[in-house]
Amino acid sequence: MTGLEAHLRTRRSEGKKLLIPYVTGGLTNWKEGIRAAVAAGADAIEVGIPFSDPVMDGPVIQDASQRALEAGATPPGILAEIPTIDVQVPIVVMLYYNTVFRTGHERFASLCRNNGVSGAIVPDLPLEESGPWCEVADAAGIETVMLAAPTAPDARLPRIAARARGFVYAVGLLGITGERDALANTATAIAGRVKAVTDKPVLVGVGVSNADQAREACRVADGVIQGASVVRRLMESGPDAVGEYIAEVRAAIDEN
Amino acid sequence: MSIMVEPDGSGRFGQFGGRFVPETLVPACQELEVGFREAWDDPAFRGELDHLLRTYAGRPSILTECNNLGRQLGIRLLLKREDLNHTGSHKINNVLGQALLAKRMGKKRIVAETGAGQHGVASATAAALLGLECKVYMGAVDMERQALNVFRMRLLGAQVEPAMSGSRTLKDAVNEAMRDWVATVESTHYCLGSVMGPHPYPWMVRQFHRVIGDEAREQCREATGADPDVVVACVGGGSNAIGIFSGFIDTKARLIGVEPAGGAAVGRGVPGVVHGMKSFLMQDEHGQVQEAHSISAGLDYPGVGPEHSYLAEMGRAEYPSVTDEEVIGGFSLLAKTEGIIPALECAHALAWIAREAPNMAGQTVLMNLSGRGDKDVAQMMDILK
Repeated sequence: MTGLEAHLRTRRSEGKKLLIPYVTGGLTNWKEGIRAAVAAGADAIEVGIPFSDPVMDGPVIQDASQRALEAGATPPGILAEIPTIDVQVPIVVMLYYNTVFRTGHERFASLCRNNGVSGAIVPDLPLEESGPWCEVADAAGIETVMLAAPTAPDARLPRIAARARGFVYAVGLLGITGERDALANTATAIAGRVKAVTDKPVLVGVGVSNADQAREACRVADGVIQGASVVRRLMESGPDAVGEYIAEVRAAIDEN
Repeated sequence: MSIMVEPDGSGRFGQFGGRFVPETLVPACQELEVGFREAWDDPAFRGELDHLLRTYAGRPSILTECNNLGRQLGIRLLLKREDLNHTGSHKINNVLGQALLAKRMGKKRIVAETGAGQHGVASATAAALLGLECKVYMGAVDMERQALNVFRMRLLGAQVEPAMSGSRTLKDAVNEAMRDWVATVESTHYCLGSVMGPHPYPWMVRQFHRVIGDEAREQCREATGADPDVVVACVGGGSNAIGIFSGFIDTKARLIGVEPAGGAAVGRGVPGVVHGMKSFLMQDEHGQVQEAHSISAGLDYPGVGPEHSYLAEMGRAEYPSVTDEEVIGGFSLLAKTEGIIPALECAHALAWIAREAPNMAGQTVLMNLSGRGDKDVAQMMDILK
């Protein structure tokens, strides 16, 4: 497997927009949901490691995290299952920093590497606190994605982009994860601001809620992350519904 | 080594503290740090806050010597009467400071979390006084056991929103308040109620509460001619304890922060990161935060302010715990011997004093009575019947 950033750059250079669905690890049928998403055209997969106190997440992913934890999901357990999913796209884990901190930076990076994880997204580890983990992750070949929020002053964005590996995660709105009726104006605005300071792939996540919104975001961004809309379908209807939805989003963003 | 000074540039007290927040909140935390520093150094701001503390909150709070209970326990027992402040607890010191700061920084709205409701009531009060919109998040479980405070907040014009996730107590109310702030950060100040959270909160909230310790130190010297041998306070997040400790950090007094046995972050926790800070935290081997269980909603919290973790690690303060049963004893003891009904939170400190008194014979013990027990009477009526 090539690295996350290399893979995304290759796809982009082929004229494709990038699509990364998010699935909460440990949820019923989570691995089937991932396979369905990849078969439907996902470029990479974000696996959520459930945490007891997910402050960046709205009701759907909170609920999914809670269900996974109640079903006995643990970070090492989920990581150990990743190789068994057997998909040919990079896997990125999304998790809160205490999971890394409690496990230990070196040990967590090894667990990722040994289980074929390409990257990590740690939404409560901002630039100023990211040094110790990123140093270990870099050495282990785990690409740490950095987030860029609409509140960031211009001067902050190049520093975030420079520290980012894999891609830059442009936070689409002021708020937590979850589906919204319309794409916030901030989504394309932040994507454009980040694109102006880096040639790394820039994907918008948080509040990109359906195929139309994904298409709109991709007019500026290199791609989108689909979280709550995927997880809700997996919980309500199962893996097939995830596959159908990802195919629909794939078609919509490829129209651009 | 100088302690209880400003944390380092990254907001660290030793290894603890920091600013572990979503990227969206980083600029707001940076602006708050700058805004607080400027305000704290501005005589006009300090004068306005001091005026409110004196003419609205009722400061200075008095010092009461407990002759009956002291005689019974064989110690000299002094209470710093934060229970007599307006709104019934020490929380008003911090809230008036933060609400004034919010206005100064152009914010129109505050959000707050609350456990027992004392910080929520104080926040609603300051918002009413200063013309700010106010929303308070409170665990659904706590709304039930502190129904009177819920009504009080609503009476004061605040919106009270139940936190339905997780353990539905203080920890979850903090999560909800942070989620609100992530979405509203441009117009809203997060009025955090304890010496916890991301930098600059632990430092800022300590500065707003150090008035407790500064007053108590003078009052103690006046009453006894010396500093106390022991200073005791209850600890959930740890704001009232930090407030009184700050007046005695450079004396020889033992500093005791009493935790509930079911929420002993310092006593039973290991370092972790949640709610924006690195501190001792009750968690499992995988880093999932454990639910605290305490008779008092105000101490039902699995973490603790980072400066307490630092004081514990360096051995300057001790953090013993007491059981719910001992707390019930402490609650009744003060009521019957001194005619003062303490908040259940403070009954933890009393329970420790009652238990440890034989080892402190003849010593002067200063306790921060951080809140009054009116809010707990309905709950205690059920427990004691």
